[in-house]
Amino acid sequence: MRARFLIMKVVGALSTLAFVVVFNFFLFRIVNENTVESMFRGRNLSASQIARLERQFNLDGSKWEQFTAYVNQLLHGNLGVSMKDFRPVTTVVGEALWPTILLVGTSTLLAMTGIFLGFRAGWRRRSRYDVGVTTFSMFTYSMPDAWLSMVFLGLFASGLGLFPTGGLEDSGSNATGLSQILDQAHHMALPAMVLAIAYIGEYTIVARSAMIDTLREDYLQLARAKGLSDANVRRKHAQPNALLPVVSLSALNFGFVLSGAIVVETIFSWPGLGQLTRNAATGPDFPVLQGLFLLFSASLIFANLVADLLYGRIDPRVNGR
Amino acid sequence: MTDLQVPRSGRAVAWDRRRASLASVWRSLRNDRLALLGFVVLLLFTLMAFAAPLLSDKSSLSAANTGDNPVWSPPSWEFLFGTDHLGHSVAAQFLWGSRISLFVGLMATLLQVGIGSLVGLTAGFFGGWVDAVLMRITDWFLVIPFLPLAIVLAAVLQRGLWTIILVIGVTSWPSTARLLRAQVLTVRQRLYVDRARSLGAGRIHVMRRHVLPNVTPLILASTTLAVPISILTETTLSFLGLGDPTSTSWGGMLNAAKDNSAISGGRWWAYMPPGLGIVFVVLAVTLFGRALEEILDPRLRER
Repeated sequence: MRARFLIMKVVGALSTLAFVVVFNFFLFRIVNENTVESMFRGRNLSASQIARLERQFNLDGSKWEQFTAYVNQLLHGNLGVSMKDFRPVTTVVGEALWPTILLVGTSTLLAMTGIFLGFRAGWRRRSRYDVGVTTFSMFTYSMPDAWLSMVFLGLFASGLGLFPTGGLEDSGSNATGLSQILDQAHHMALPAMVLAIAYIGEYTIVARSAMIDTLREDYLQLARAKGLSDANVRRKHAQPNALLPVVSLSALNFGFVLSGAIVVETIFSWPGLGQLTRNAATGPDFPVLQGLFLLFSASLIFANLVADLLYGRIDPRVNGR
Repeated sequence: MTDLQVPRSGRAVAWDRRRASLASVWRSLRNDRLALLGFVVLLLFTLMAFAAPLLSDKSSLSAANTGDNPVWSPPSWEFLFGTDHLGHSVAAQFLWGSRISLFVGLMATLLQVGIGSLVGLTAGFFGGWVDAVLMRITDWFLVIPFLPLAIVLAAVLQRGLWTIILVIGVTSWPSTARLLRAQVLTVRQRLYVDRARSLGAGRIHVMRRHVLPNVTPLILASTTLAVPISILTETTLSFLGLGDPTSTSWGGMLNAAKDNSAISGGRWWAYMPPGLGIVFVVLAVTLFGRALEEILDPRLRER
């Protein structure tokens, strides 16, 4: 049973990945004819130059030939070259990877404190605490990331001057070791805070309704009948069970935080994948955009797979299904 | 036997029931103060959007008529929300922008719920391989990161209002499809459906008379809850410069404010009004939608 469950999930994830590859290829071919000409408009290219560029960007030959060439490239770990500066897409994306992991990781950890807020709110349903937490969550959920970033930037960076207005570290600084870490943390504080505030509400609301679903279970009655204290029933019996839906939310949310990073990184000029996405979209720099889309989809598929497998591990009931 | 009951048609009985359930929905809503507040706020913003032509002349937003206006003037009696980098009144932009934001939010939601309902109902109704294929496709779209997909689509397609609507609609339907499929499956297993079948009811009849009336409230609730997401997505896309270049929404105002260094210049009046407008509208729809969902979704009612 376990092996079958595992194989089914892995095959499902692989089929999704295959779909994304096909989708990713055709999205950029069918929708946009004459990519090279529109990209280098106004540069007066000769026919032979266009042909050479088309070969370089893998845009010559029939659609089927292009597709097999694309898949072949992918299997060799080659994502093509950027239309902007002709550097390999893997290099361009690779450089932006670490700042985003740092930012998204930090803000996700901060936003996850919402789980505890939600659990307590669900446990004391309709209490003043619950109403307060729910209202706060809905309020943060309603704020567009873009606007919240602008307000924070205007207030704390430009206005009060407490934080730098953008970037990864002070320009021209060649600090190393601890002072470099502190400098980067100082730069990251505002964007990480914005992302955390933007996503804390979602964790809170899901944790709260998961807790409310658990409240009706018989084993809580039993735990109370045994004479356990209220806090013990919550911590030892209710919370572990309410954690299940939160696990799959965390995986799905991973994708959303990544999306939020696009806006926040753009505003705080954080040199990560989000800013790269925005620049590639407005360029437009199709090979980079294509590579980023593949990376985002693949990481989300992977996160979902991990959540599925973890789910089966935490909750034995899932395995059989 | 003095009280002779006039036999009533089935249709009349059905309408009576519908009226009664509508009244009970209204009664539950009336008791929810936050939901009512949301409803009123939403109504005010809708009125404002409709009344924009009466409150402000659109020609005041064209460059030809603003040459004499002060640039970056803070809020004053003449310019309630101040002026932007071109001397345009921020208040007038706010008014006209509300029309775009609300229109895109509503249209994109309708498209999204339309696609989602079609897929979900078809899958749940036909079952078998149709269901398997449709749900596989839905699962694919569910794991594709939503905003990157929307950005990619907006980047490769021609910029415009309808492109934004299309992009949001096409990228956000999977959750609605799953929700409706699940609901159709539960309704199909109810006893009264078995009973209707055994009396000779065909598929179409069961669908029209039993399944649809049961899933309609759910469609309504998920529509309401999808509006905030559509509005927020429109904001993000416009903010990233992927919106309609010819008509400025609230998100477009944020983009313009950022591009013309309103933040570093301390010109808060350029980005506070559109941002707060979005917060209020989204919060209002969410409050109203959650209350509606709690009333209409049978799974939530007992809580």
